[in-house]
Amino acid sequence: MKKVYIQGAGSISSQKTFDNSEFLDEISVYNDTVISVVNPNYKEYIPPAAARRMAKGIKMGVVASRIAMQEANVEQVDAIITGTGMGCVVDSEKFVSAIIDNNEEFLTPTSFIQSTHNTVGGQIALGMGCKGYNFTYVHASNSFESALLDAKMQLELGEASSILVGGVDELGAHTIKIHRLIDHIKENAVTPATLLDSKSSGSVFSEGANFFVLGNALSERCYAEVVSVEMYNTLPLENLEETVEAFLKDNNLSTEEIDVVVMGNNGDVAYDNYYNHISSALFSETQHVYYKHLCGEFNTASSFGMWLGAKILKTQQIPEIVKLNETKASAIKHILLYNQYRGENHSLSLLKKC
Amino acid sequence: MSKGVAITGMGIISAIGNNVAENYDALIQEKKGISRISKIDTIHKDAIMVGEIDTTNEQFFKQLNLPEDNNYGRSALLGVAAAKEAVAHANIKDIVKYSTGLISATSVGGMDMTEQYYYKYLEDESLQKYIEGHHAGDSTQKIAQELGIEKSLVTTISTACSSAANAILMGARLIKSGKLDRVVVGGTDCLSKFTINGFKTLMILSDTYNTPFDENRKGLNLGEAAAYLVLESDAVVKAENKKVLAYVKGYGNANDAFHQTASSENGDGATLAMEKALKVAGMEPRDIDYVNAHGTATGNNDLSEGRALIRVFGEDLPEFSSTKAYTGHTLAAAGAIEAVYSVLALQHNIIFPNLNFNSQMKEFHITPQTQLKQKELHTVLSNSLGFGGNCSTLIFSKEA
Repeated sequence: MKKVYIQGAGSISSQKTFDNSEFLDEISVYNDTVISVVNPNYKEYIPPAAARRMAKGIKMGVVASRIAMQEANVEQVDAIITGTGMGCVVDSEKFVSAIIDNNEEFLTPTSFIQSTHNTVGGQIALGMGCKGYNFTYVHASNSFESALLDAKMQLELGEASSILVGGVDELGAHTIKIHRLIDHIKENAVTPATLLDSKSSGSVFSEGANFFVLGNALSERCYAEVVSVEMYNTLPLENLEETVEAFLKDNNLSTEEIDVVVMGNNGDVAYDNYYNHISSALFSETQHVYYKHLCGEFNTASSFGMWLGAKILKTQQIPEIVKLNETKASAIKHILLYNQYRGENHSLSLLKKC
Repeated sequence: MSKGVAITGMGIISAIGNNVAENYDALIQEKKGISRISKIDTIHKDAIMVGEIDTTNEQFFKQLNLPEDNNYGRSALLGVAAAKEAVAHANIKDIVKYSTGLISATSVGGMDMTEQYYYKYLEDESLQKYIEGHHAGDSTQKIAQELGIEKSLVTTISTACSSAANAILMGARLIKSGKLDRVVVGGTDCLSKFTINGFKTLMILSDTYNTPFDENRKGLNLGEAAAYLVLESDAVVKAENKKVLAYVKGYGNANDAFHQTASSENGDGATLAMEKALKVAGMEPRDIDYVNAHGTATGNNDLSEGRALIRVFGEDLPEFSSTKAYTGHTLAAAGAIEAVYSVLALQHNIIFPNLNFNSQMKEFHITPQTQLKQKELHTVLSNSLGFGGNCSTLIFSKEA
């Protein structure tokens, strides 16, 4: 089977990550329960008239993918595979509320069209005239991993040689409002430094887009090799340890060979125990890294985790702000990523230095 | 790696029947399931016709043994009903015996509850259980749970009207690559005010029975439905001595990259999807015995798809028909509904008629099959085309 490399990355997040020459050099600190992205200058990438019509998710997706493609130095790809939990949720909200508020009258199609889950993937394809394979996965916290797995399979089997894959989600005002009602969002404001110790339920809701060009060709530009991706719709805490061990064994690795574990802790007191469990039970000597204090929680937040892991492997640097413990990690070869949301849709991904 | 992708079970619920047998009976008796809408209170009720399923949500709770306080939306209910039939049909007693995944498609997801309780959530705590049921992955998680699929690869695809075809496509690839031994694939979508009004604003809803590939077609009828197929590897088929209904022989997905909602005039995406599927199947166009077309009965789709068919097959194409006159356009479920119909066509050597056809389209000379027809079938090609330029083709065959 052919190998799969991350050849370029584009990240739009609640940190200034759209500039690939930096690596979390300046941290934007919040004291809130919902955070937005640090916007790039969209006009540099999209004509202003077009940008005005675009939903935020489309703008973020189009620009993140453009950045990734520029970095990979490609103008076309064989396939575009998108993960999104909610798609262009603002347009969904607009259309539903218009139906209710106006009793199904005076509606216009724009928000209905944009609300379709595959709009971001479709718009990216339209923008670059890509007639290749175009899929959109919409499976909560495994939306991005589904896209990643699909891309990896195609590249390994030689069905494609270059694929754009990414995760994107935008914030919606009503969605925020109703998720506060069911305590999925923290009641009290937290800062990046206090998130994990908040001892409260819910997380900090956010948005973002992280896109990657994956391909078979290895060059100096490459970030990392994508070795493995596995998803689990359910995974009881008592099976977590054996599942991680089996995953590593399938990849002919021991826990000692993992140099960094990138975890999706989001400060939810009811669910962070999954991360605490594997870090103490399996990786007590390993460097632990987290990121949702920087990018917040959204269905495709784990795509930011992938960006972080890839960036660590490429630069061989671990910014202090993401470290959960202090170890003497020297050369970083293997990174394990683990994510779940509210105890469901777990994923394990393995990146390797290339 | 598995060479063949065997279909060993099917389940379906649509406006023409609550299971595979009822759907087949309606197909051969030419009974359509299109009517006025009864379950959704919409101001458009006298201006549209739909393919609605009779069973109420409360009846489904009983049928599926769900607790009173469940938070199921209708897409999840339809999905569980059809997926359970598929797994039972495949005679699976122990679902965890082989590594089994689920790839489900939906576009409506939990929108039926969201649109009812959107503002009420803010006041009525008893309704808040539905908030978590809104996102598209929720119905899939529920289906997995009801089938007993645990700690496994479970995901959801949403590419508008090609969604379920893409779920089948992905499932077939997972079997072929050896990533899974068995996978349940399909899709589910219920009717909702959201989609009714959405398609209404696009002015592509017919006020009467939809008439695919007819010169005077007035647009589509929305329908609700769910259908699932069980796909198994050669190794499982052999070990379990499974009866194989048909094989997923070819598949292709391509993007029109033309317009967010309209298909290109010459059907570039659909042409590419059919060509890719033929290539994967190792077949030539002449090897296809019947085409189950997407045929939504909108002006744009049928012209674009018809031209694509001519580009692939020439003017001398095999019998083709759209079954949307029976079921309505069931959006994200359509690809799976029509996969079940394609397999039924193969099993019974029968071509289902394109109902409601009267007038030849002016733009070309191809005419759909309008009578039920017995014909020895070895291969059926099925198209699913959607918003976002998303075009998919599946090829089903009797032989591996």
